[in-house]
Amino acid sequence: MTGGREALLEVRDLQVEFETDAGPVLAVRGVDLEVLAGETVALVGESGCGKSVTALSVMRLLTGRIATGEIRFGGRDLATLPEVELRRIRGSQIGMIFQEPMTSLNPVFRVGQQIEEVLALHQNMKPAAARAQALELLERVGIPSPTTRIDQYPHELSGGMKQRVMIAIAIACRPKLLIADEPTTALDVTIQAQIMALLKSLQQELGMAVLLITHDLGVVAHAAERVNVMYAGKIVEHGSVRDIFKRPAHPYTQALLGALPHPLVPARRLEAIPGRVPAPSMLPAGCAFCARCKHAFAPCGTEQPPLLDIAPPHVAACWLHDRKRASAAG
Amino acid sequence: MWRFLARTLWQRMLLLVFISIISHAVVHLAPGEPTEVDPMNPMMKAEDIARIRQAFHLDDPIYLQYIDWLRDLFTGNLKSFQNGLPVLPQIWERFLNSLPLFACTTLVVWTLSFPTGIHAAVRRGSPFDRVTTFIAYALISVPGFFLSYLLVLGAVQVFHLPVVGLYTFGSEGATPFVRHMDRLWHLVIPSLMSALTGIAVLSRYVRSQMLEVLDQDYIRTARAKGLDEDTVVYGHALRNALLPFVTMFGLLLPGMISGSVIFEQIFAWPGLGQLGYNAISQRDFPMILTLNFIAAALTLVGILISDILYAVVDPRIRLQ
Amino acid sequence: MTIAPPAEQLAAAETPLQQIWRAFRKDRLAMAGLYVLVLLIVLALLGKLLTEWWVLLDPATVRLPDKLRPPLSASSPALLPAQVPPWGIYPFGTDELGRNVFARMLQGSFVSLSIGFVAVGISLVIGVTLGGLAGFYGLRKWGPISIDALIMRFTDVVLCFPTFFLILTVVALLPPSIYNIMAVIGMTSWMNTTRFVRAEFLSLRERDFVIAAQALGLPEWRIIFRHMLPNALSPVLVSASIDVAYAILTESALSFLGFGVRPPFATWGNILADGRTFIFDAPWLFAIPGTAILLVVLAFNLVGEGLRDAMNPKLRKRSS
Repeated sequence: MTGGREALLEVRDLQVEFETDAGPVLAVRGVDLEVLAGETVALVGESGCGKSVTALSVMRLLTGRIATGEIRFGGRDLATLPEVELRRIRGSQIGMIFQEPMTSLNPVFRVGQQIEEVLALHQNMKPAAARAQALELLERVGIPSPTTRIDQYPHELSGGMKQRVMIAIAIACRPKLLIADEPTTALDVTIQAQIMALLKSLQQELGMAVLLITHDLGVVAHAAERVNVMYAGKIVEHGSVRDIFKRPAHPYTQALLGALPHPLVPARRLEAIPGRVPAPSMLPAGCAFCARCKHAFAPCGTEQPPLLDIAPPHVAACWLHDRKRASAAG
Repeated sequence: MWRFLARTLWQRMLLLVFISIISHAVVHLAPGEPTEVDPMNPMMKAEDIARIRQAFHLDDPIYLQYIDWLRDLFTGNLKSFQNGLPVLPQIWERFLNSLPLFACTTLVVWTLSFPTGIHAAVRRGSPFDRVTTFIAYALISVPGFFLSYLLVLGAVQVFHLPVVGLYTFGSEGATPFVRHMDRLWHLVIPSLMSALTGIAVLSRYVRSQMLEVLDQDYIRTARAKGLDEDTVVYGHALRNALLPFVTMFGLLLPGMISGSVIFEQIFAWPGLGQLGYNAISQRDFPMILTLNFIAAALTLVGILISDILYAVVDPRIRLQ
Repeated sequence: MTIAPPAEQLAAAETPLQQIWRAFRKDRLAMAGLYVLVLLIVLALLGKLLTEWWVLLDPATVRLPDKLRPPLSASSPALLPAQVPPWGIYPFGTDELGRNVFARMLQGSFVSLSIGFVAVGISLVIGVTLGGLAGFYGLRKWGPISIDALIMRFTDVVLCFPTFFLILTVVALLPPSIYNIMAVIGMTSWMNTTRFVRAEFLSLRERDFVIAAQALGLPEWRIIFRHMLPNALSPVLVSASIDVAYAILTESALSFLGFGVRPPFATWGNILADGRTFIFDAPWLFAIPGTAILLVVLAFNLVGEGLRDAMNPKLRKRSS
């Protein structure tokens, strides 16, 4: 599809199901994604749209169940791979960092131990070599006085430093893909910028691809090359960063951008999107965004639109872009 | 860490003083002065009352009585009513008998509870979990003496197995090996029965702790590293789940001393529990007072040990 | 052309109580326990009615011709009309004095239950008061020591004592009476409640709604009772249920050792203790009360655990 670089990760028709008090519910309803080697792809959406679930299901770290779908990585389908082989990929070929650095590190193990563990596991490093490598990693991720920090416990580090340690652990084995699930959401704004800059430089140095999950469009604008916009468990728009920001095609994307303050137009009224994201158990028959959409018309309430071409590779799932139906509506 | 320990030690010593005061107060301030002539109570005779009043210096104000008691206790002069002999040596002797029972019960409880609880947590919702949960509830609910009594009767009358007492009557003449095996045999059944409730309670607690820890973010990180499930559970999760149990260790002691009263009656084990029971039946106040105090003091020691262990094990405390 | 967004569809509002009830209902074991408890309360009240007021079943009637009859046996023709049991059968047999065991169990159910409820009532009052004071006024000083430290140290001291041993001591020294037993059990089981309530109050105190109430100038007692207490009660309820179970077990243990409630009151513990002697001639005299105690205590435990699971959303079942 994009010619040239090969697809590192291909997700096809992923559906993820959870057990609730009201029965099984689909949190992800058929998602297609692609990440090429070395590029940064963003997955954007509001809280509860299913983006974290999608990210966690790549490495099967979920509590839910993958109902159907394929997750192709390195020529194999991760969705059905036996656990033993999946573990060999986790931490070595795919690394992951999470949203809450405060609770993602084990409080009773030293920082150094937690990094060395992954080196010993996947690269069979002996303790001395692992420690040396851990020190290098700590320095690379920008932690000052690494020789002191390496023997400290997580509670002695700040939030930003903990996230840097998480990054060190994730890239220790030079993975081909890094999944970053809202890596900066829980951090202060200034630290956010530093962490994103660190990720960018690491990506360039290691040539790794990044799947960035976030709800912050500002971060997306700076970091990503391609963007997927997600709503209520489905991708509603996909394209390059320029396409999405300059010519957003789906009303939801437009509304999201409309809600951003513009630095040069201070008096512009911010548009809120009326209504709420529908609960996964109460989805309408047609387009999930229909009830909140300014442009909704006849087919929206009854049929779910597929991803339609705008200007390939830019696609959006909206009937407005289906010429036949749009013209029929007048 | 040292400051933490010093502060703890000081606090516990203070508690010991309060414990002694309360032990004393319990007997003397309970409504209904124990030495009141109670015509309906067949246990109080005139000679007893005279004896008590004299030994206890009961005509003195209460704080003097307290001091008298402490003084007699620490100089070894405190004498029991039942046989006029000093209280402490008797307690010591019985304590030596109870100690193997305590130790064995604790061993059984802790070695069985952890694997059960961990396995139930890891295999949550499985048949194993449900069955062990139900058994745990049943064991907590059954009156311990009910089950033990039935067991003893069954074993003694029906199967003619010697299970009561410290050793089989008449085995004194046998070889040392046989005698030791005999004593060990007599230790097993009472320990098991005493341990039942403890296992039920502790394994449930282990299970809930493990469940809570397994839910934490850092366990997800461990899995994301590609670690196998055993390492995640036993290396990462267990280490965190164990922390509160270190502190529980000390608080187990009062439960065992209490429980021993009943179990020692049923199994005719001449330990502290039986001593306490006899003392209470005979209104042996010095003995009762001292036993209460010593039991509480032992608990305090247990708590102190727990505090120390906790400081050693939790890095968050250690580094203050 | 636009379509106006439909009115927000909200699910019907549920109070927290309804949510808890819904979660509780899903736990079959807990519901089974609840049914047993309801049955028990009905039986207890019925028992009181039928054995004391509108006397249909008299637990005290001595029938020498009908000694030690097994359950479901018919009464002998040698009885006087006043002595014949309803429908001429003994559902649970008779004891060594020919008394109707069923009638005694009914009477005992009321007594055992009331001991449990009153004792726990007392412990709740003490526990909630102390815990609330410690949690809310904690840092205020009373002389050299803060209220929180004072109350918690006192709690620590009492926790050190072997509870059952203490109860036994006090009960043996006091004139034997059911009210003494209730009071003593109540006064030795408040410690956990205090800790729970204190912990809840400490965390609630920092919550915005409390600060808002203070900012509005509400009087302190109103904040405590009307706003904070309802929120703090959930661990207390769980603990209360389990404490009633423990109180019933304790009472039966006391009776087993001979220090429980005296005749003419019949408690299940009493009946159990009396049945000990006849265990081979009339095993039902021991088995029936023992099983009854087991079932009731189990029911309270199940309900308590069910409540705990229902009130803690993190522990609800999830697919893994």
